[in-house]
Parts: sequence; structure tokens; C-alpha cells
Amino acid sequence: MTAAHETSSPGEDGQSIRVLIAKPGLDGHDRGAKIVARALRDGGCEVIYTGIRQTPQMIAEAALQEDVDVVGLSILSGAHLELFPRIVEELRSRGLDDVVLFCGGIIPEEDTEALETLGFKAIFRPGTNTRDIVSFVRTNVPTG
Amino acid sequence: MTDLIERFLAGERRALSRVLTRVENGTPAGREYLRRLYPRSGRAHTIGVTGSAGSGKSSLTGALAGELRARGHRVGVIAVDPSSPFTQGAILGDRIRMQDLILDEGVFVRSMASRGALGGLAPTIDDMVATMDAFGFPYVFIETVGAGQDEVEIAGTALTTVLVNNPGTGDDIQALKAGIIEIADVLVVNKADRPGADVLVSQLKALLSLAPSEGRDPPILSTVATTGEGVPALVDAIDEHRAWLDRSGELERHRRQEARHQVLSIAQRIVLERIRAATSGEALGELVAQVAGRALDPHTAAERLAGPSRPDEAV
Repeated sequence: MTAAHETSSPGEDGQSIRVLIAKPGLDGHDRGAKIVARALRDGGCEVIYTGIRQTPQMIAEAALQEDVDVVGLSILSGAHLELFPRIVEELRSRGLDDVVLFCGGIIPEEDTEALETLGFKAIFRPGTNTRDIVSFVRTNVPTG
Repeated sequence: MTDLIERFLAGERRALSRVLTRVENGTPAGREYLRRLYPRSGRAHTIGVTGSAGSGKSSLTGALAGELRARGHRVGVIAVDPSSPFTQGAILGDRIRMQDLILDEGVFVRSMASRGALGGLAPTIDDMVATMDAFGFPYVFIETVGAGQDEVEIAGTALTTVLVNNPGTGDDIQALKAGIIEIADVLVVNKADRPGADVLVSQLKALLSLAPSEGRDPPILSTVATTGEGVPALVDAIDEHRAWLDRSGELERHRRQEARHQVLSIAQRIVLERIRAATSGEALGELVAQVAGRALDPHTAAERLAGPSRPDEAV
């Protein structure tokens, strides 16, 4: 059996989408992350929230142990181009290359391309309607 | 499928994680995995940690796991948090209190949503525990949803039940009531650095002395989970309970009782699913309408739904 068949998507299982919401780096403002976590909860997802000041290894390890379908990163410190590549690398080194990635926070427009190249499927900036985030998750995780 | 089980048996954490998801969701693959892994379970010391919301269950579980790591043991943790009854969504936040353990390869923490189960656990909790057990963790902790008075299911799932209490949360009449306190194998007064801890310990002692002793009184221990105070003694008490289970023959009794409970409750679910599959939406709707309109009582309606018992199908 190939790795693709081992993916346990909610479509296959008919169960909840599991999402990890994580805050990498040193900024301590997690209101945005909590609002997103709450919106996804209300959208029927099972949301694992790990709190602030997570290292790339901690985020990848939590994603592995929780077998999440989606990882959402919230960052306000400006260190996204430092931290996100390391997180993606930590995820890949653990074989988690099929996880849907999105991010949000203070992220300049000019960094969009770099993040898309890294594999981020969406960037949600201030002013985003949380319904758009829920609908992004529902669209990008196969359900049936 | 074989490949995933092989990787599981080789101790690969990612394989464990994937198997757990399928076992949790009860998919055909998950059932098959469980069927193959179940004979390997039954070796772990399963420990339930229960108590009210905010009593410090997660912090204490993290502290206990840390102490067991210091003693050289690998530890699995399953932490249950509630699902929304309206959207089925959940926020699973128990990992926040276990940050120190996250990069330790000897610890595996899995969060679970209660998915509509009552009693502080989740529908497939026993299967998840058996999977962790089969992976080879000598200790598996099960942290319940914040539980108040009669969420006693954990005593079936775990060999040792630790009940976490806090000072200043009620008088001795609360503790005198029936229910959750009766299932405690070990009583903990957590946040013992707060005022009233000594009083609570005395109240719990007095309470235990009211009951006729049946050979073993649960010990009462004081802890401060956030500093680690009292945690080594709590690990000793948990180990001592396991030794007592072995010595007294209670272990065998517990296992048989739990096996019986699991088989009957799964059979109950299968029968219900069969009845649902055999009943048309209209027929059910008609019965429901009659009961709602008080033309029929619910017992009679349920008997009609279940149909006459058929002797040829009797086991």
C-alpha cells in the first residue's frame, strides 16, 4: 500500500477535519489564533490549539502526534520568512508532506509568492472574515 | 495496510498516529488494525485522571509523565476534551499544559474530542487505549473531560483512577454524595499551595472513615502540579495500586468486567444500527409523531420499532 492510501482524510472516514492552530516565534499575542480556532470549532472542525511560543520542532511534532489534516500558523512578529521554511522542513522530515498549510497575521503582500512556493495554500491578513477561513479548510480537505 | 501495521510494530510514531486516527473513526481499516493489534494489548498500566474542569488534570498528567520519564519509562497520553453538541466541533487544548514533553520521543500525546459520548470520555476511547497499549507504552494516561459528579466510565477504561480535587470548591457534603468519589483508587488534592488544602485532606479522610473498609482505602496525596511538588509520591501511589491489583486478584476481575461491558455495549450499538437500517424513514417518522402527539407512549413505540424477537436469531 502506498503512502497516499494511508492518508486518513475525513472524506474517507466520514469524520471531523482535524486542524492544528499554532503560534511560532516569540510574539505573545494569540487573540487572532484563538478567534480562528473558535471559528473552525464552530465550523465543525476538531482544533488542536497548542498555545504561544512554539518552535518549529514543537509544531511539527504536535502535527505528527495529532495526525492533523491542516496546519494553520499565526504570526505577528515579522519572522515568518525565518520560521515558516523551518516548520515546513520539520513537517517534511517527519513525512507530513500532505498536510494542508495556511497562515495568517501580519504578512506583507510581497512575501506572498515566497510563502506559496513553500506550500502555503492561503494567507489570511487582518480584516479576513472567519467564514472565509472555514470555507478554505472545508474546500481544501477532501470530504465526502 | 500490512505496511502500516509493520511500521507500527517497528515502533514508528507516524504509523501509530495514523492507526489511531482510523481506530478513532471506526473505519473498516481501523477495525482491522484493532483486530490485529488487540492481542498485543493488556500489558500497559492504564491510568485515568479525572476531576472537574480547571482542577489541573492536564498539568498533573504532564507532571506524572515527566516523573515517569525521569524513571526511564515511556508514556502514552490520551486527552479528551468536549465536542460541541451543536456543531460537533471541538477545541482540544490539553497539550498546552504538557509543553515540556513535546520534544521527548518517549512520550506520545494524542487529543481526542468526546464526539457526543457522555461520561467524560469518547466513543472509541477503549480502542484508542488498546492501540497505545499495543504500541508498547508501559504507562498510558487517559485524561477525561472535566467531570463533576457521576462521570464514572473512566473506572472501567483505566486500571487505576486518580481523582483530582482542589481546595475551596465545596464543603464535605459534596464529597459525601454518591458518584465519582466512589471510583477513585487514588485521591489527589491538587493546587495544595492554596488555602484550605489541609482542611480538604481532613474532610476526605473523615469521609473515607465513614465507609466500611473493604480491604483498601484510597490514599490521599497533596500535589502542586505546576511545581512538581508531591508528584513522585503520587507516582509511587499509582504503582502501589497496580501492585495491589495484581496481589488481590482485582486485576483479573476488572479485566473481565470491562470486557463484558465492552462486548455488551458494542452489541447494543450494532443492534441499534440494524434496527435503523431495517426501518424506513416514514415508519420511524410516523412512530415519532404519535409519541410527540401523546397518542403512543415511547416504550410501546420502541417495541414496535425493534419488532418481535425472532427465536431463529437467538444466540
